[in-house]
Amino acid sequence: MAELTYREAVARGIAQEMARDPSVYFIGEDVAAAGGVFKTTVGLLDRFGPARVRDTPISEQAIVGAIMGAAMNGLRPIAEIMFSDFFAVCWDLIANQIAKTRYMTDGQVALPLVIRTANGGGVRFGAQHSQSVEGWAMAVPGLKVVVPSTPADAVGLIAAAIRDPDPVIVIEPKALYPTKADVPDGEIVDRLGSARVVREGGDATIVALGAMVPTAVEAADRLEAEGVSAEVIDVRSLVPLDTAAILDSVSRTGRLVTVEESPRLCGWGAEVASIVADERFFDLDGPIVRVTTPHIPLPAADALEDLAIPSADAVVAGARRALG
Amino acid sequence: MARTDESRTKDADLTTKVAMYRMMQEARLFERRVQDLFLEGIVKGTTHLALGQEAVGAGFAAAMQPGDLVYCTYRGHVHTLLRGAPMDALMAELMGKATGICGGKGGSMHLTDVSHGAMGSYAIVGAHLPIAAGAAWAAQERGTGQVVVCFFGDGTTNIGAFHEALNLAAVWRLPVVFVCENNLYMEYTPIGEVTAVANPASDRAPAYGLQGVVVDGNDPDRVYATAREAIDRSRAGGGPALVEAKTYRQSGHSRADPGTYRPEEEVRTWLGRDPLPMYRARLAAEGVDEATLAEIDAEAAAAVDRATESAKAAPLPDAGSLQTQVWSDGGSAWRN
Repeated sequence: MAELTYREAVARGIAQEMARDPSVYFIGEDVAAAGGVFKTTVGLLDRFGPARVRDTPISEQAIVGAIMGAAMNGLRPIAEIMFSDFFAVCWDLIANQIAKTRYMTDGQVALPLVIRTANGGGVRFGAQHSQSVEGWAMAVPGLKVVVPSTPADAVGLIAAAIRDPDPVIVIEPKALYPTKADVPDGEIVDRLGSARVVREGGDATIVALGAMVPTAVEAADRLEAEGVSAEVIDVRSLVPLDTAAILDSVSRTGRLVTVEESPRLCGWGAEVASIVADERFFDLDGPIVRVTTPHIPLPAADALEDLAIPSADAVVAGARRALG
Repeated sequence: MARTDESRTKDADLTTKVAMYRMMQEARLFERRVQDLFLEGIVKGTTHLALGQEAVGAGFAAAMQPGDLVYCTYRGHVHTLLRGAPMDALMAELMGKATGICGGKGGSMHLTDVSHGAMGSYAIVGAHLPIAAGAAWAAQERGTGQVVVCFFGDGTTNIGAFHEALNLAAVWRLPVVFVCENNLYMEYTPIGEVTAVANPASDRAPAYGLQGVVVDGNDPDRVYATAREAIDRSRAGGGPALVEAKTYRQSGHSRADPGTYRPEEEVRTWLGRDPLPMYRARLAAEGVDEATLAEIDAEAAAAVDRATESAKAAPLPDAGSLQTQVWSDGGSAWRN
């Protein structure tokens, strides 16, 4: 067991798989010599050499296109898109090409590739470097989407993503990069499509993702002081989505709150709410409540950004509404 | 291009020339049949025909080796066919049949036959250039000796992915040959009206440290020699190449387009340079007897007839195939 930061865990997950499989390659802007602008890939160049860990030009279409072509011809490549906001400049390759090619070719083409990206707010970067774009990726058939919220999950989900035979988007909440936690020694390989109950409770189910998981846990602690026992589920994987874990919990608690960093419209919580309303309507004892960022671009000023992103207070207030 | 002793050795021999004529004739008759079937309502959706551009595909197809990979565009029937994809499965795909090369899920703009190295027809302009570069990167790293040939139209030279891909391919010295089929029109607009340079591809080559190469795209012999030089050089580790083949699209951009914006004189001139009759006459002059050429013509026509009949007779896709092959497990499940 070793205490690692989230950023160190990212490098460990990549290194674990590169050491195991020589067909795993890693490219991106400033990922090699500089070790990544978020220092998530420190040491990989030294360990695996300049052929397998390679800096690219600022050419997101070329980066994403290159890993797609490489995956079609025998590699298991990983690309880093420095900020998830930059998905917008290579979205054709992600949404039109990578996501659809297996289906359009009726299974002739497999694309075992991973796109990692730093996502979300909390670091005062303003509207073009702070977005939560997990909903963009989730909305396109053909992409798997995972969001690790702890260092151990970062290792295990990155490893699982690399071993998966399909394209996986690994979304890393940049606000979590400095956070630390114990990570078990040895090989860690997680499973895509599995949520985790991070705090048990019987009165309400709070479903959270990424950087909102610690916020939800903090809210649950406060609710405990008020005599409300809230269960917190870390969704971890949007596609595939572990609906069974969520539905089972709601069946027991009768209350559902989703906590989403993304803007209001079409967030993943809306899909969860829809599924629960459809399949557990008669188990519900109160309204489904979504706690989200308002439907605005994120502001840069710390005072404004803190107002925008859901706080533990906002989650507590949401839970009270759900409890009626 | 300057002719050198080395390039002369890359000229097509007579066997290759006859093979290219057969390819061009099959491509021509296939495209004409697709046009007819579309008018009959049997081929649906849209089609982007390569009538008039067959020599580019034939010249490169003849110059490629078995493991080489082709990436092409929505105007991709011919390149996919000439890479070796079975004609009946291509025709069935255009008719939306279960026996189609992509089970009916691809259609005219997405023909793919991985087993023959036809790695896909890409319908978003420019997207496949970086993908082709990536396939070449894998070939380079794995030491497979493959060369990737990537076809695209003149309109592609003004989209960002073209420039990103050329730069990356040049910086990484990738074994990829980019082939611009300059048919003078970006959809409905003359390419010259919207492009800063006269030769939209080759004039950009120096910006990426590459030699600009222009070839007569209606002459399969010139295309073949140019292709051999570019492909062989790339295979030997010489890095990427960018070839611009001047040709002409005899029909409109797509089925919706009669092509009336083109000056009559221009159309007449280019129809006078139709690669099929020109090449047939050249082969006859070089000693290929009429009986051989006539036999090729008849066999190509028969192949197209057979493909048409087998595709017409083929079953429609089963409803059970609708939600398959999103994922590698064969299914499309997104939840448990």
